[in-house]
Amino acid sequence: MIGGFPRPERRTVLALVLVAVATVVVSLVALCYGDGWSTPGRVVAGLSGEGPLAGRVLEWRMPRVTAAVVFGLALGLAGALFQNLTRNPLGAPDVIGLDQGAYTGVLLVLTVAGGAHFAAAADNGGGFALGLAGAALAGGLLAAGVVAVLAMGSGYTGYRLIVIGIAVNAVLTALNSWLILRADLEVAMAAASWSAGNLNGTDWSDLVVPLAGIAVLGVGAALLARPVHQLALGDDVAATTGIRLGQLRLLIATVGVGCTAIVAATAGPIVFVALMAPQIGRRLAGTAGIALLPSALTGALLLATADLLAQVVAPVQLPVGVVTGAIGGVYLLWLLFKEVGR
Amino acid sequence: MSRLRTEGLRLGYGERTVVEHLDLTVPDGVFTAIVGPNACGKSTLLRSLVRLLRPEAGSVVLDGRAIAGWRPKAVARELGFLPQGTTTPDGIRVVGLVRRGRYARQPAIGTWTRADDAAVAAALDAAGVADLADRRVSALSGGQRQRVWIAMVLAQETPYLLLDEPTTFLDIAHQYELLRLLRRLVDDGRTVVAVLHDLNQACRFADHVVAMRDGAVVASGAPGEVVDAALVERVFGLACEVLPDPITGTPMIVPHA
Repeated sequence: MIGGFPRPERRTVLALVLVAVATVVVSLVALCYGDGWSTPGRVVAGLSGEGPLAGRVLEWRMPRVTAAVVFGLALGLAGALFQNLTRNPLGAPDVIGLDQGAYTGVLLVLTVAGGAHFAAAADNGGGFALGLAGAALAGGLLAAGVVAVLAMGSGYTGYRLIVIGIAVNAVLTALNSWLILRADLEVAMAAASWSAGNLNGTDWSDLVVPLAGIAVLGVGAALLARPVHQLALGDDVAATTGIRLGQLRLLIATVGVGCTAIVAATAGPIVFVALMAPQIGRRLAGTAGIALLPSALTGALLLATADLLAQVVAPVQLPVGVVTGAIGGVYLLWLLFKEVGR
Repeated sequence: MSRLRTEGLRLGYGERTVVEHLDLTVPDGVFTAIVGPNACGKSTLLRSLVRLLRPEAGSVVLDGRAIAGWRPKAVARELGFLPQGTTTPDGIRVVGLVRRGRYARQPAIGTWTRADDAAVAAALDAAGVADLADRRVSALSGGQRQRVWIAMVLAQETPYLLLDEPTTFLDIAHQYELLRLLRRLVDDGRTVVAVLHDLNQACRFADHVVAMRDGAVVASGAPGEVVDAALVERVFGLACEVLPDPITGTPMIVPHA
């Protein structure tokens, strides 16, 4: 097994299988939902390219469901990485401003690229998507750098970092609103529909770059898994058991921001999945500390479910970020009360 | 014989210098106790020995080479360390925690081997926590928890074991249980270096005492040879009688009323 873990507990394996199965079930249900309900039988036939639904399922619904699952994996992973880095259940990228930072990068490219070029640029596909992803990554890393510099001296694991991150998040959210307000109408409309985090109208051409990027980051995260678990023993013990602390922190932050930025570049900042998934995953799988795989799988289940809800709870399709925001907001309040009470 | 020593070591935190020009030799295969008043630099010294603190000048030398230039995993295969405060991951079980001591022994991509299992089992046995293996660490008593952490360090299979005030949060029975455990580890061939608060315990269990004050070593040697009323007065500023311990014959400090 990669990274040299001993055999996991049976309960952990069982929980991971159940979460994965639940994700598949939710995805299938989501595939049955389009402009109306189609029976699973016809949808499965459509998946294999047969029957009247083949085109609609493969070209329209499948990309969206794939995006929900894979982006959920990425967000769950990012959350687990950052909560390990900060050793704090509040230390998720979406809470400390990294999603908004990545989105700032996206908005800057969109507004600089300009309204007139926007439509043409978006149609040229790959290159533009790569540019957006790069801008999102730069924005996310810059936000992470700002938080790290402001928190310097008090360490990376205290509440000071969280409070600074929340402030940076607020500033960047305001900056993003301002960028949208002063943009050309066409750009502003596109950007605004994105600003809550949205998977509506995702098609395969939108997904090539993000899926490849997340695959690479996933391999990186698998290699980081054991050092990350070692870091949970505290800085002193981690260092004296062979961890290079500075280098590991940089790698964790880079992979974590990478996951966050790719999602933000494609679907906008989808908040609270990275905050919730690690804690839910840990409780379901009964792991010691926050493990990466349960968090990633839980993230996939959360986002797939949220995107399904976004399509069925309201008469109009909601941006998925509204659903995760509604659920996550309640969770954040509960967490804040619990942590303040400690 | 001695593999581990310091050369002209200067340690500090920014502006504040804690230890100035320290040359210390850690004898192999014995129990060394570092004693001294609060803030004398003993924990600082211990942290520099395991490379948690970079010296401002001088070096910590193992086998003739300064450890500052070693790879972290190479240091971790020689020097095991238990800090004063430990961070226990939520929900971790005893065996899971002890397994993490194997980190330095494994390649970046590799499999968990029989050798790893054997080392973990041996560490659990040596620390006397084998029967707790499946318990959650959070459910253990302070004394048990401390022994589990020692098992984690033992799983590293290092010839050196350095501990920063390992008895601090334990009641007196658990303090002695822990010191007996350290003694056994030394008798099995390991080198143990511990910062200890209690002079009587240091004299009873250690082979070698290093007494520090204001960042300098005031005396070092076998307890029976170096610990007397004059030393205690000089190091701690405490007037006392030093009598032979009625059980072990080692020096026993009895402060004046």
